[in-house]
Amino acid sequence: MRRFLLLRLAQAGIVTLVVGAACFALMRMLPGDPAMRIAAGRYGPDAQIAQAAERVRLELGLDRPLAVQFLDWLGDLARFDLGHSLVTGAPVLEELKVQLGASAWLAFWAVAVSLLIGPLAGVLAGMRPGGMADRAGLALSIGLRAVPPFLLALGLMLVFAVGLRLLPAAGYGTARQMVLPALTLGLGLAAVSSRVTRNAVATVTHAPHYLFARHKGLPEAALIRRHGLRNAATPVIAYLGVQAIYLVEGVVVVESIFAFPGIGHALVHAIVERDVPMVQGTALVMGLMFVAITAMVDAITAWLDPRPRSA
Amino acid sequence: MNAASRLAAALLAGCVAGTGALAQTLNVVGPWEIAGIDPAQTGYVFSRMQVAETLVTTEPSGQLAPGLAESWSVDADGLTWRFALRGNAVFHDGTPVTAEIAARSLERARDGVGVLEQVPIAEITHDGPEVVIRLNSSFAALPAYLVHFSTIILAPSSYDDAGRVTQILGSGPYRIDRLTPPLKMELVESGQWWGGSPGIAEVSYTAAGRDETRAIMAESGEADLVFSVLPVSVDRLRRNPDLDIQIATIPRSRIVKLNAASPFFDDIAERQAISHAIDRLGISNVIPRNPDLAATQLFPPAMPGWHQADLPPLEHDAGRAAELLAQAGWTPGSDGILQQDGRRFSVTLLTYSNWPELPPIATALQAQLREVGIEMNVAVGNSSEIPARHQDGTLEMALISRLYSIVPDPIGALLTDYGPGGGDWGATGWDNDQMQAVIADLAATADPEARAPLQRRAVEILQEELPGIPVTWSELAIVSGKRITNVQVDPLEVNYGLAAIRWAE
Repeated sequence: MRRFLLLRLAQAGIVTLVVGAACFALMRMLPGDPAMRIAAGRYGPDAQIAQAAERVRLELGLDRPLAVQFLDWLGDLARFDLGHSLVTGAPVLEELKVQLGASAWLAFWAVAVSLLIGPLAGVLAGMRPGGMADRAGLALSIGLRAVPPFLLALGLMLVFAVGLRLLPAAGYGTARQMVLPALTLGLGLAAVSSRVTRNAVATVTHAPHYLFARHKGLPEAALIRRHGLRNAATPVIAYLGVQAIYLVEGVVVVESIFAFPGIGHALVHAIVERDVPMVQGTALVMGLMFVAITAMVDAITAWLDPRPRSA
Repeated sequence: MNAASRLAAALLAGCVAGTGALAQTLNVVGPWEIAGIDPAQTGYVFSRMQVAETLVTTEPSGQLAPGLAESWSVDADGLTWRFALRGNAVFHDGTPVTAEIAARSLERARDGVGVLEQVPIAEITHDGPEVVIRLNSSFAALPAYLVHFSTIILAPSSYDDAGRVTQILGSGPYRIDRLTPPLKMELVESGQWWGGSPGIAEVSYTAAGRDETRAIMAESGEADLVFSVLPVSVDRLRRNPDLDIQIATIPRSRIVKLNAASPFFDDIAERQAISHAIDRLGISNVIPRNPDLAATQLFPPAMPGWHQADLPPLEHDAGRAAELLAQAGWTPGSDGILQQDGRRFSVTLLTYSNWPELPPIATALQAQLREVGIEMNVAVGNSSEIPARHQDGTLEMALISRLYSIVPDPIGALLTDYGPGGGDWGATGWDNDQMQAVIADLAATADPEARAPLQRRAVEILQEELPGIPVTWSELAIVSGKRITNVQVDPLEVNYGLAAIRWAE
């Protein structure tokens, strides 16, 4: 266990350095004058951007040597200071607290929704491959997956906010405002995780050990509980880990349509506006989350299926 | 009860409980994000939402009106301006708004990025209840510059030791209760506004970047007041009996900025040919969905004194365009594209998506110019590319959306656009001595009678020379629910007049 944790910590350290350096280098390699981009980000497209850019250049020391700027960032990082956003002027940590926090909650609820639906539908379908439940599940899953999240979001808004007036269409701050974005993402995730579960269950129920357990006369419920679920869960958990990552970084469209202050939205803005500390900070925290989530997934799968450890 | 049904029950309970709590708040939705609180960056949000005030403000008609300054005057030499503050204004932290504090606040605005850079200010001081601004040269439009959101007057405790704004403590009818940048701001009545008590005590602002979201929030009733709804949604919302829609023509024009020093546009006949090639009516019918927005000259009819109704309009005439191009020495090449001295008429037009209508207008222009033998490539990028390419002289064409009420007097925009060397959002490669003289006269002249012929001359020069080619004018659609009344539309978007809004009985 200690070795596992130490290994993961070392991994986190390497991720920090690589992500920080890569962001810094990539942001400098992008075409366009960073001072102009930052000025446009700050003062908007109606302002006299060229004039403002000269002030920005002086204020931020953008003409200092790149190595000096990077070492500055590393020095701050050693003091756990992620710096200030070049555009809003607020500490990056504050911005992350709000925006990454919002995204993390959204991701949590989206995974919760998909867990409520996906595995259940998958088990039902997988128990009888080719049966009614399987075919209906397949059709629904393809349908949900084929609809772009943007359209799904609009559809849910029209039904629940305009039609039924049951939920707010957009916004952030209350639990009610979380429901539709979580549902939009959750349904998309469940569409895939139900199929992953279905395949896992179908494979397990046709495995020799499972058929043997049935032949020895175990009742169906005990059969699923004891020999089915745990075996089928391994690929599903691994897939959930991947989904969680996708959720935190890949939901820009859903965030912007629900006026939700998430990190995907913030990251896109930060890249366009060349807000280097914000990009570095975000990528860093997300990289570390990736390490944490994969560590968690590894730990859970190891507990579910101890075979690789003893082999 | 399992976890799933418990969760469902909790969500349902939340839905029911939440509906009542929202009833007391005026919910405003707009597209503007609150990125940072520096007044030069997002002061417009605080000005529009009546959190902070400027010395001078505007009537919905566009006339200047007293803000924190009750009155103002200028000495005979035109160099010393005095703004007399109203005695009863108080900041949200209880500090009275004094001339000394206001002068310091303006000095800080002047140190930063903002319109005051363009004013020849020598110093800003105070004298009793008056803010005194001394100029290096006469500048009649000064009061209009003090309407700009970067000059909002903030309490001394808004700044840190380095002079940076750390919180917005203004003097308006609403104070900030909670600010969650970039998308949300909650306001409550300040209780000590000089203008009395606002009709509604609590206001919430949500930034919703997508038009679809704003439209649905209006339809679902969760937003009382929605700004900037796009034409495509307005058509649908008009059919909703629960909503009121008001449309204001705003002083914003979409123009093709072109480099008059490039071999493609250095001849006035070439620029006029481009103008004739553009089917403004076609574009206006399809994209902003209002034929009246076809820009027959630079300034829209809603700008009295600047719009010249009897000026010969810019018209679509592909035949005339072809004649003018031939006259400028362009002949059709074997591929159908015009050529001059072995150079193909192939240019790139830059535009940006901050305004969602710009890229589709750009592609319409592309098709229309192709009809007269011009190959135009469209590049959609960041808005800063245009000033950058203007500065280094490599710009060919750009489609931009230009606001002429950055300060309520368009002279502010003309000074930056058509002065020596042109401007980021004005002329490129076009220096016109006559125009510069007219602009300088306008900047120094306050008397409307004396200004009128100068305004006309400026507009005539722009119409003849076409350093930028007007395509369409702009509108702002404001949607409000029947729950509220007394919604006023401010075409200059200085102040949304939220304090005057009442709950409908």
